[in-house]
Amino acid sequence: MPSKDSKNLVKARKQELLALLRQLGKNTYDEVNEGKFPQFVFPSRSVSNIVYDPRVKQYVLGKNNVKRSAGNIKHIRPFTQLLWLAYFADKLVTEGKTSTLRDVYYSSQADNMEFVDQSESDEIITDLEALLTKAREDFMVYPEDRSEIFGDLTIEYTVPGYEGQRLNLSSHPDGYAIGPSLSTSQFVETSAEMVIAVEKGGIFTRFVQEKVHKKYKAIIIDTNGQAPRSTRFMLKRLNKELNLPVYLMTDGDVYGEHIAMVVISGSANAAHLRELTVPTAKWVGVWASDIVKYKLPTDPMTEADIKRAQELKKDPRYTAGVWQRELDIYLKIKRKSELEAFSKYGLTFIVDNYLKEKMQEAKSL
Amino acid sequence: MAVTRQVTYSEISPSEFFYRNRDLAGFSNPARALYTSVRELVENSLDACEQFSILPDVSCKIEAGPEDNKAGDQLAYTITIKDNGPGIEPKHVPNAFGRVFYGSKYKLKQSRGMFGMGGTMAILYAQITTNKPVQIASCFDGKTLHIFDMLIDITENKPIILRHETKQSEGTTGTSVRLTLMGDYLRSAQKIADYFKQTAVVTPYANITLIEPDGKETKYERATEITPPPPQETDPHPHGIDVEALRRMIKATNEQTLLKFMTKNFHRVGEKTGEKFLSFAGFGRNANPKSLSNEDVVKFVNALHQFEEFLPPDGSCLSPLGEEIMSAGIMKELQPEFVSMSIRPPSAYSGFPFIVEVGIAYGGKLLQPGMRLMRFANRIPLLYDEANDVAFKIINEEIDWKRYRIPQDAPIAIITHVCSTKVPYKTVGKEYLADRPELEKELKNATRDILRKLSTFLSRKGSMEFQKKRLNIYGKYLPLIAKFATSLSGQKKLPEYRKLLKREEVVRIEEGEEQPSEAAVDVEVETAKDSMSSKVNEKEDAQQRLEEFSKGS
Repeated sequence: MPSKDSKNLVKARKQELLALLRQLGKNTYDEVNEGKFPQFVFPSRSVSNIVYDPRVKQYVLGKNNVKRSAGNIKHIRPFTQLLWLAYFADKLVTEGKTSTLRDVYYSSQADNMEFVDQSESDEIITDLEALLTKAREDFMVYPEDRSEIFGDLTIEYTVPGYEGQRLNLSSHPDGYAIGPSLSTSQFVETSAEMVIAVEKGGIFTRFVQEKVHKKYKAIIIDTNGQAPRSTRFMLKRLNKELNLPVYLMTDGDVYGEHIAMVVISGSANAAHLRELTVPTAKWVGVWASDIVKYKLPTDPMTEADIKRAQELKKDPRYTAGVWQRELDIYLKIKRKSELEAFSKYGLTFIVDNYLKEKMQEAKSL
Repeated sequence: MAVTRQVTYSEISPSEFFYRNRDLAGFSNPARALYTSVRELVENSLDACEQFSILPDVSCKIEAGPEDNKAGDQLAYTITIKDNGPGIEPKHVPNAFGRVFYGSKYKLKQSRGMFGMGGTMAILYAQITTNKPVQIASCFDGKTLHIFDMLIDITENKPIILRHETKQSEGTTGTSVRLTLMGDYLRSAQKIADYFKQTAVVTPYANITLIEPDGKETKYERATEITPPPPQETDPHPHGIDVEALRRMIKATNEQTLLKFMTKNFHRVGEKTGEKFLSFAGFGRNANPKSLSNEDVVKFVNALHQFEEFLPPDGSCLSPLGEEIMSAGIMKELQPEFVSMSIRPPSAYSGFPFIVEVGIAYGGKLLQPGMRLMRFANRIPLLYDEANDVAFKIINEEIDWKRYRIPQDAPIAIITHVCSTKVPYKTVGKEYLADRPELEKELKNATRDILRKLSTFLSRKGSMEFQKKRLNIYGKYLPLIAKFATSLSGQKKLPEYRKLLKREEVVRIEEGEEQPSEAAVDVEVETAKDSMSSKVNEKEDAQQRLEEFSKGS
């Protein structure tokens, strides 16, 4: 089982990050000492430099770089902010503490650094991600929105005060919040053979009640709508460290389809990162064709829904296969549905029938 | 049956004509009438001083009353204007003030008013509205002061002297005029104040005092002893002559031949030009001017206008303010941070010479954000109908401001002065200038010139401020960089960042452009940061307010 690997992985990731940060500090220190203006070079995140890479099935950054030099009057402030953030991240990682975007904004003031508003500090955080090609979760900056996880997975905390403590994630039927402590924990043991992520809390609860974790040997995750970055980070870890396949189940509308797509291919906003996508994840439903096939109760698509579908049809991530096909069907039937609609056939239908059939179908995807 | 028709023809005198058409001369309502009266009398005083190169001391006192006259919003106001000019010979006083068109002439000279008619109009208006005599006190020889109380006989166009007495004078020459008219001071106070303030800009060599009805005294003190050269009389240029003018010249001349008539009476016409013209026009050089028939006069005038070989009028008869006087006036009244002038060489339209002078003032404590235009013609401030003026049109429509990189809300005053023997006013109201192409061209060139100068000044000033700002910024951030880098790299000692700070002090100003690295460099991400500094300031202000507030409580 993956326990040992996982343990080492978490440690190794931490060491790698600290090394990167300190190298940054050393370079800057040396340059200043030599009487040179220090600078950072990292990929540009401007719209013109974001391109779709079909090989990795996600948006990536092109070849354009930004050089931010302390010798440039317009850059010295963001340069200093970026260096401060590296310094702050080093402290967080070393001390095993976590922070949020909002928190970072206020913490700067303790070191006489100022940010005009949070959007400025958020921007610098993204710059550091691009500079290190590491997700901010790696340097302990977590989003505030949480989603849930449930299943037979034993984790061991690495956060101070809980080091060595273990927890099995099937001990509490409401699931566990995917927060910083869980995200930084080591995976010790699991009997699960797959991860099923659903879009909604209600369906998550139904899956727990209907024992999907046992019937399918699955870890169940609630993405709570568009999956927060910590959830995508967790999905990536489960997929990479435990080799678990990931299946996604969303509402039967274009937004649901896009929630699945972002888990798989990421967003343009995070084009500088690789650690937030699960390219092998499979979207199993609810498809537009399922609405027809299962005769689900529906609502008409609004004009905004139709416009969104037309936009997505042009998106490079949607060019092929099921993605394009389902969009076409949406545009044809102009109806949408939800996961809960299966309750029309009884509460257990979604797990006992629909999920079963879709998992079968997924094998051929 | 016989029908007798009786038609009465009656002659009207110039006084009567102006009385009936007072709207034209700027007396259209009680507010405007008060303003115009003040203005005309002050201008007469300034003109009188300047003709004799006397440094003017002019005071204007406006008092409410006497009380016995009242009509609606109108009140009686008594205006007293006093100057230290050359004075008027006692025998000329009654006619100079009590008769319209007295001393009319065809010679041309740059002056504020034409024929001194405005002053007489004010007297006429005062008499009409209050029926009170005007009092003129003038000392010509420096010994005796002659005081006249008089009225104008409107139908006869002649003065009626009610009282004439003499007094021992204080030893100086000068004239004072005191009249009472119905006016509306409340509605004209602002214009009157503006008039004095702007007059002070173009006459910094004068002491001017305004005493308002509430007793408030405003003094515009002399800032320079330099006066513009007194304007010279000049013969009219052939292009500017009309039939009536020619008829009068012929009537007045004693010359026996047309050639002599040409060379003696016209501006820049010598024997050669005169002969060429006469053969062009088809008149004999020896013909007697007085022998010209009516048809001949018309033919002669047409030929004058068509003949292309007359020399253009020169500016020798003009009296521009010049750079020194104009900038002294601007510095005194506007106290700007920067002032610059552009004086154009003389030009001419339809035979009338003119000179354009444009000044610009920028910054300082008095100027408000935004552009302010101050127009002058023959040293008269033009306060009405700005939007119709040619200068306004040029500044707002024809100048490409973007080229000069002057911020939109920069505190600027543009001062335009046009001097001419005949200012091309668009209307009789004398408030705005017509868009004559010749005038337009000179105004445009002068305006461009001063804007270039301001632009240079601003960019120099901007780069100095930029340099200062740059040092401040580096002084703030370099120590922080040193501190964070030291801590992050696990060093104990701070790196030698002072070298960089020192280098900054000698570094030439480079614009903060991105330098290309390995691949094409993208600036888009960075541009957003430019706007940050102003945001930072706002935030710091807010923080400071908060701190002050907590201290206070």
